[in-house]
Amino acid sequence: MSEVVPARGIVLAHGELGHGLVDAVRQIAGAEADALVPLSNRGLSPVTLADAIREHITGPRTYLFTDLPSGSCGFVSRKLLRDVAGLVVVSGVNLPLLLEFVMSRHLPDAELSARLLEKGRSAMGCSPAPPTSHADRIASRG
Amino acid sequence: MPIVLLRVDERLIHGQVVVGWGNALHPDRIVVVDDDLAASTWEQELYLLGLPNDLEAVFETVDMASDLFGGWKRGGERVFVLTRDVSTMARLAEHGSLHGEEVNLGGIHYAPGRKAVLPYLYLSDEERAGVARLAAAGARVAARDVPGARRVDMDDLIDLKDGSP
Repeated sequence: MSEVVPARGIVLAHGELGHGLVDAVRQIAGAEADALVPLSNRGLSPVTLADAIREHITGPRTYLFTDLPSGSCGFVSRKLLRDVAGLVVVSGVNLPLLLEFVMSRHLPDAELSARLLEKGRSAMGCSPAPPTSHADRIASRG
Repeated sequence: MPIVLLRVDERLIHGQVVVGWGNALHPDRIVVVDDDLAASTWEQELYLLGLPNDLEAVFETVDMASDLFGGWKRGGERVFVLTRDVSTMARLAEHGSLHGEEVNLGGIHYAPGRKAVLPYLYLSDEERAGVARLAAAGARVAARDVPGARRVDMDDLIDLKDGSP
């Protein structure tokens, strides 16, 4: 069985969000420095942002984590999918998702991307739970 | 006023437009005016992928937008009209569409040949001339990146007769 090359991650976000998230991951998980790098879109046109992303793609597998699906980070990243092999774009980045990434980046893409989505989504919660959640629970008792 | 925002922003549909201006002005539709994008189905799909479900976007050429502009103004939908550069908005203006309208310059970032006008607005000589063309066509031109920021009249920043600083 061939060995899977660990993926590298780029956290591309508005303002300093990417830098803050990567800093948090390093504090919590002590991840290797090159596992995850931050990048901001501040002051960059779509063309220069795409160039900046390309400069950070140094291996055969890169996960590009972006914040807003409708933002310039997400759009420029998805546009790169056409001509950059081994690129995976994940939008709606959050800290639990990134922690999962640094711990599981040796997994094959199909397994890794499914695991990231599950982790990122399941980390969302609200306390107290919204009223609709209570209604669902009452109805499920029959 | 169904056209609630006319904006030049090289990122087109992105966070400041969808979240910032969207929450302030509640558009029903975003019209992107761009000859290249109007012919590129795959790029249109990329923009649509990130759009909230309650907002639709269409992509038109300058010629088509000029024909449709009056209908957007009279229609019941609240419309954002976006171009990614000054020259495209100036071409729209020169069809007579923008007389008396305000054009918002939102995000034009640094590139070689451009000089800073505001932190989010860099213009080349050609783009300055394009702003002057907008003014000559009867549009008011102002800069503001997000709704809560200060609106800056472009005639306070450049000479709108010829685009010089």
